[in-house]
Amino acid sequence: MARRDEQIVLPHPTGTPFSGWSEKGVPTNRFLGTLQPMHSTRTSDPRIHAGIIALAFVTLLIGGAFAGLIAEGARDMSGAYAAFDGYLARVARFTLWQAILSTLFSVLPALFVARALARHPRFFGRDLILQLFAVPLALPAIVAALGILALYGRAGYFAGFLSELGGGTWPGIYGLSGILVAHVFFNLPLAVRLFLEVLHAVPADQWRLASQLGMGARPAFRLIEWPVLRQALPGVAGLVFMLCITSFTIVLTLGGGPRATTLEVAIYQALRFDFDPARAVSLTLLQIGLTLVVVLVLARLGANTTGDANLQVAPRRYHSVGKGEALLNVTLIVLALAFVAGPMAATVAAGVQADLGRLVMEDAVRRAALTSMVLAFVSALLASVLSLALIMARRALALRRSGQGRTLLEHATDTGAGFVLVVPPIVIGAGWFVLLRHSSDVFALAPVMVAAVNAVMAMPFAIRALRPAYDAASERHERLCALLGISGWNRLKLIDWPPLRRPLATAFAFAMALSLGDLGVIALFGSDSVQTLPYLLLSRMGSYRTEDAAGLALILGAVCLVLMLAASRFGKEASA
Amino acid sequence: MNEPVRAGAAVKLESVEFSYGETSFTFDVAFVPGEITAVMGPSGSGKSTLLNLVAGFEMPQAGRVVIGRTDVTLEAPANRPVSMVFQENNLFSHLSVEDNVGLGCSPSFKLSTAERDAVGEALARTGLDGKQCRLPRELSGGERQRVALARVLVRDRPVLLLDEPFASLGPALRDGMLDLVANLQAERRMTVLFVTHQPEDARRIVKNMVFVENGAVAAAGPAEHFFNGGGPEAFRRYIGSENESRDVARKRT
Repeated sequence: MARRDEQIVLPHPTGTPFSGWSEKGVPTNRFLGTLQPMHSTRTSDPRIHAGIIALAFVTLLIGGAFAGLIAEGARDMSGAYAAFDGYLARVARFTLWQAILSTLFSVLPALFVARALARHPRFFGRDLILQLFAVPLALPAIVAALGILALYGRAGYFAGFLSELGGGTWPGIYGLSGILVAHVFFNLPLAVRLFLEVLHAVPADQWRLASQLGMGARPAFRLIEWPVLRQALPGVAGLVFMLCITSFTIVLTLGGGPRATTLEVAIYQALRFDFDPARAVSLTLLQIGLTLVVVLVLARLGANTTGDANLQVAPRRYHSVGKGEALLNVTLIVLALAFVAGPMAATVAAGVQADLGRLVMEDAVRRAALTSMVLAFVSALLASVLSLALIMARRALALRRSGQGRTLLEHATDTGAGFVLVVPPIVIGAGWFVLLRHSSDVFALAPVMVAAVNAVMAMPFAIRALRPAYDAASERHERLCALLGISGWNRLKLIDWPPLRRPLATAFAFAMALSLGDLGVIALFGSDSVQTLPYLLLSRMGSYRTEDAAGLALILGAVCLVLMLAASRFGKEASA
Repeated sequence: MNEPVRAGAAVKLESVEFSYGETSFTFDVAFVPGEITAVMGPSGSGKSTLLNLVAGFEMPQAGRVVIGRTDVTLEAPANRPVSMVFQENNLFSHLSVEDNVGLGCSPSFKLSTAERDAVGEALARTGLDGKQCRLPRELSGGERQRVALARVLVRDRPVLLLDEPFASLGPALRDGMLDLVANLQAERRMTVLFVTHQPEDARRIVKNMVFVENGAVAAAGPAEHFFNGGGPEAFRRYIGSENESRDVARKRT
C-alpha cells in the first residue's frame, strides 16, 4: 500500500508535478491576479447599465423636486420661516390625528374580521368577499369618495334614515368623519387581507394538534392566532398609518375647510390658490420629515410597505366552531362586507342614474378619457421598464459579487425604488411646480410630470410583481446564458421575455390602474387644456354637477376594476 | 473567439486562488489532454468550484487558467473553448429541443443550413430523433441531459465539463448516458472533466483521477491506482469499502 503511494504526489502546496503528465506551471503573475481581473472584462453587462439609467431617472425626478424646494427656500428664507405658524401646527396636528384614528378604526376591527374569515375556510361566497376586499386597492380614491358621499352625504341614500336617527337634518359627513370613513373603507379590507395571509401561514399541523387537544376558540386564539397576529400587527398598522398620513384625494374631497386639512392638501392649496411657494416649501419639508420618521420606524418593524394584490387560497383546516362563535363571526363578516360593499354599490347606483349616454358623447369627457388613457399607458410602460431595469441590475450585481458585501449600487437598485414611498407624489409635484413656475407655461408640462411621477409611484408594486419571476428565471438560466454567450438584446428577447411576459402584464395593468385613478400631480398641474378623468371629476364636483361626477366615477371605477382583474388574472396564471 | 485549440486541449490551473466568503480555494493542477478525468471529493471540497473556474463562472483572485496554449483567465465563459453540462437547468424550458441545441451554434437563433444539419445530426447521434419539437418538460430526465449533450456536439469545443450531470438518473439510465459520453469523447477527443460522487461512474469511463479535499487538489493520477487502493487515505475514506460504495451507488442522490 505504502509503496503505491509513491505514485500519488501532492501537487499543492509543494507544487510538484504529479504522475508524470503534469508539468510545472508558468510563474503566475500574482500582481495582476490581485488586481481583480474580472473588472476588465465584466463591467459591460448591459443589465447594469440599464439599472444605472433607471436609477438616474428616479434620482432626477426626486432630486429635481428637492432642488426646486431648496432653491425656493433659500430665495425666500424669511417667508419659509414665517410659514411655521399656528396654521401649520394645526394642519400638522390634524394630519397626525386623522391618521392615528384611521389606523385604529381600520386595524382593530380587521383583526377580528380576519380571524372570523380564517375560522371559516369554506363557505359560499368567501372567495367573492376576498376579491371584493381587494377592489379598494385599485379603486381610485376619488371614486370611493364619491361613493361614500352618495351613501352617507347630506343628499345620500342614507340621509333620510340618518336624519330620523339623529333627530333633525343629517349634516353629511364632510370633515373628520368623512375622512375616517373613507380611510377605513380603503384600509380595513387591506388589513384584513394582510392578517388573513398571516393566519393562513400557520402550519396545518398546529391546527391538527389544537383540535386533537380539544382546544376551544378562546385558547386557540390565545395560543395560536394571537401570537402570529401580534407579530404582524406593527407592520400592518404602520403601513395603514403611512397610507393615511400621505392621503391626498380623500382629504381634498371629503375634508371640510381649514379645520380638516392635512399637510398634502395644504401644500396643494398653498400652490394652487394662495400662490405662496414659501409656505409650500415649509409644508413640504414638514411632510417629508413626518413620512421619513414613519418609514424609518416601519423599516425597524420589518413591514412591507407595498401590499399585495394576490392572496393564496385557504388551506385545509381542522376547526370545530361552536354555534355562538359562528354567529359572532357571521355578524362580523356581514358588517365588514356591508361597510366595504356599500360605497361601491352606491357608486354604481348613482352612476347609472347619470346621463351616461350624454356624458360619453361630451367633448371634454372624451378628451379627458383619451388623455387619461394615454398618460396611464405611458406611465405604466415607464414603470414596467424602469422596474425591470432595476431588477435586472440588482440580480446582475448580486451574481457578480461572490460572498463579498453588497456595493452601494446594489443597495440602490434593491431599495432605491422604495424611497419614492417617503416622498409622496404631491411633494414631488410641488417641488417641480416651484422649480418650473417661472418657465413660460408650467401647466404645459402636466403630461410629462403626471406620467413620470405616476410611473415612479407604481414602481414598488411593479417590482414586487416582477422580481420573483426574474430572479427565478435567472437562477435557472444565468450560467447557461454565460456559457452560450447569450446576452444583451438576444437574451432579453429569447430567454427573459417568455417567463416575464405574464408578470410584466400584471405589473403593467396594475401600474396603469394606479395611474389612471390618480389625483395627485394632476391636481397641481392640471388645467383646462390638460385634464384627466379624475381631474374632470373633481372639477365637476366643485361646480356641483353631482350627477355628472357620479357617472364619471362609475366609468373610471369600472376601467380600473377591469385593469386590476386583468392584473390578478395574469398574476395567477404566472404562478400556476 | 473560438481559437483553433483542437481536440485534446490541456486544461491547467496554475496557482489559482479563489475565495467565496469564508471559504478559500487553491488549485494547482493540470488535466491530461484528450482524456476523461474524474474529479472526486467530499461535498463542499471544491469540485464544482474547480469546474466553475475552468468554465469562467468564477474569476480567480490570483493565478492563471490555461486551456491549450491560451491564458483564458480573463475570458468570459462564452469565449472559452469549453462546454459544460450541469446537473439540471441545462435547457431553456420555453424553447423546443431543436432550439435549445441550435443555441449552441448561434446565440441569436440565426442558423445557416449547415448548422441546421449539424443540429439534426447531433440529435440523431444522441438518440433524440423525432423529438425536435418537444419542450423540455415533455422529456424524461435522461432525455433532457441528452439534449444537453447534443448541444455539446454542435458547439464542438475541445473541453467538456460535466458537473454531476447524471446524479439524478437511475442506475441503468446512468450507465447508458456514461457510455454515450465515452463514445462522444472517443469520437471528438475532448478533454473531459467529470465531477461525480459515484465510483462506478468513474470506473466505467474514466482514465484519470483528481481528488479534491478542503479546497485544494489532494492527489491526482491514473484512476486505476486510486481504485486499487493506491489513493491517499482520505480518498479511501471518501469512497468507503468496496461493498459500501456499491450500496451508495444504488441510492439516488
